[in-house]
Amino acid sequence: MKTLNGAMTALGLILLCSSVTHAQEPIKLGVLEDQSGDFAAATIGKVHGIQLAAEEINAAGGIAGRPLELVIYDTQSDNTRYQEFMRRVLQRDKVDAVFAGFSSASREAYRPIVNQFDGFAFYNNQYEGGVCDANMVVTGAVPEQQFSTLLPYMMETYGKKVYTIAADYNFGQISAEWVRNIVKEGGGEMVGEEFIPLGVSQFSQTIQNIQAAKPDFIVTLLVGTAQASYYEQAAAANVNLPMGSSVNVGQGYEHKRFKPPSLANMYATVNWIEEVDTPQSKAFVEKWHKKFPDEPYINQEAENSYLAVHLYKQMVERASGSTKKDDLRKVIAEGDVCYDAPEGKVCLDPKSQHMSHTIYLAKVSDDHSISFPKVWNDIKPYWLGDAGCDLTKNDPSAQYTPSNPPPAAN
Amino acid sequence: MTVYYTLFTFLYQTGDAFAFLVLSACGLAIIFGMMGVINLAHGEFIMCGAYVCAASARAGLPLPLAVLAGALAAGAAGMLIERIVIRPLYDRPLDTIVATWGVSMIVTQSTLILLGSTMPGTGTPFGSFAVGPYSYSIYRVVLMGAALATLGLLWLGFTRTRFGVLARATIQVPHIAQALGVNTGLVYSLTFGLGAALAGLAGGLYAPTMTLVPTMGSAFVVEAFVTVVVGGADIFLGTAPAALVLGIIKAALTSWQGQLAGQIGLLVAVIIVIRILPRGISGWILRERA
Repeated sequence: MKTLNGAMTALGLILLCSSVTHAQEPIKLGVLEDQSGDFAAATIGKVHGIQLAAEEINAAGGIAGRPLELVIYDTQSDNTRYQEFMRRVLQRDKVDAVFAGFSSASREAYRPIVNQFDGFAFYNNQYEGGVCDANMVVTGAVPEQQFSTLLPYMMETYGKKVYTIAADYNFGQISAEWVRNIVKEGGGEMVGEEFIPLGVSQFSQTIQNIQAAKPDFIVTLLVGTAQASYYEQAAAANVNLPMGSSVNVGQGYEHKRFKPPSLANMYATVNWIEEVDTPQSKAFVEKWHKKFPDEPYINQEAENSYLAVHLYKQMVERASGSTKKDDLRKVIAEGDVCYDAPEGKVCLDPKSQHMSHTIYLAKVSDDHSISFPKVWNDIKPYWLGDAGCDLTKNDPSAQYTPSNPPPAAN
Repeated sequence: MTVYYTLFTFLYQTGDAFAFLVLSACGLAIIFGMMGVINLAHGEFIMCGAYVCAASARAGLPLPLAVLAGALAAGAAGMLIERIVIRPLYDRPLDTIVATWGVSMIVTQSTLILLGSTMPGTGTPFGSFAVGPYSYSIYRVVLMGAALATLGLLWLGFTRTRFGVLARATIQVPHIAQALGVNTGLVYSLTFGLGAALAGLAGGLYAPTMTLVPTMGSAFVVEAFVTVVVGGADIFLGTAPAALVLGIIKAALTSWQGQLAGQIGLLVAVIIVIRILPRGISGWILRERA
């Protein structure tokens, strides 16, 4: 009996030791973001947000006792780089999860690869919505959160004639479809719509087309630094119309980069920007500037990326340290994966694996200072779930749009 | 009345597209037309001009001087790069493409690392004017004037000055020019510098209207190459008429069907021109003459 006890103790010790060494092994997080190229201005902050969160987590003992290690690649605003590096982090670096992507084109470029290797990827960016894919968690805001708040406000305040200018790729096209639908539901009228190829920087003719259509306000869904030249050129031509947007201010901080008043009267629905004036938001900004004193602006995607790391930590710890996708999704399915983020409380929706947000209406004034005429708390990403996407039951790994909804559940 | 407004809009838009094409292309056209070097770092000289212009304008220099400062800075950078990178490659024109491409990437990335991802702009001066229901930016009319003035000054420079004669002589028959005592090395250097300075001028002139980022040159480069390919090697008989034709195509298609149609129109025009006029508009005009 005595020897058996000794053997048991020894076995216990061995098990304990092996589990200790196991616990020391880091959790690897792949980070694929554009640190150079056309999107760099909006996305360098996302990498910083992830680094800040990782530092905090490691200082507090890591995730379930294991340190968090970042594997960072610069995707250069280039979709093929996303595919290369996504293969690399999943196959060679064998990361536990990947945080990746700014433009929707890049997300759709890498998503099949995540599906192929059954990886677990976080897309920490606002986008046109509709991705119903069990391998993806989306922490950014989607159209039902940004447009169903913004457009009714704009139509009530300024009138019902709307003109959309949008970047000509999946993000702009699908967002414009949302705008069209919500404007129509609200009894408004689309007086014009123009899609601008990425990289276009000269807008004289577009400005004339807008003036000819006489809208009450413009919805600008312009992406990238080249297209951002629109505001300066429209202001110089004295277009002087209110603008609404789901991407400007919150991503490209155009109000900081351009000389006032070129962005005056821009309304953007954001889930956070550095001007948000709550105590937890201010503390976050202060913490950020301590680590990155030269950050030109902390945008909403930086906050989304930061909070995503903390969400991931929570999921892994609730799955008793497992980083397996299926274990983490079981945690998500419980429906209470929430986090007190700088913007307020956010929760993951199990059906779509998208996130609820506090939506702030940011108004840019003549001197480019920001005010928040309206705040909507706890806006849910309801569309996918209502339309029939339910990742707890099946995984179509597809992207849906209002004109191409999920097939009726059977 | 509406007809006049529409007509004015069309003229303004054509002029605007013309100015953009001429200013972005003439530096490239000089370096390609006179030296046979295809300069893929063209966009970075434009970016250099824009950055220097915006920085000196914000430091208090009046805008015209700031634009000139941008052009001079780009010109100096051009002469430096000619001396270091291009000179050993004059006999290997294809290699200059790769070399200048490398310069372009190094400059873009260094700018990103050293100066950050964006630079604050200066704002567009002069305000706006209205014609009928439309309002227009005055500064863009200034740009049209600047494009015409640039072409005029270049023409005077190449036909009426000693440098112009020496440059044309060096480009046509370098060894005879050298035998007659022309410092051909200096002429090459100056010509490349002039091309770079013109790129810098374009950057400086457009800096107040655009987002200043390290990759901003790429917004000009496609249009510049399209214009040079359609125009051919001669800047006056090629670049200027090509810019006019392309400006009309772009303005008409963009007002009719939007920016995408305008872009498609430009590229289709290139394909057609390459097919039927392989040496561009200037090649066609000169052949008719000969």
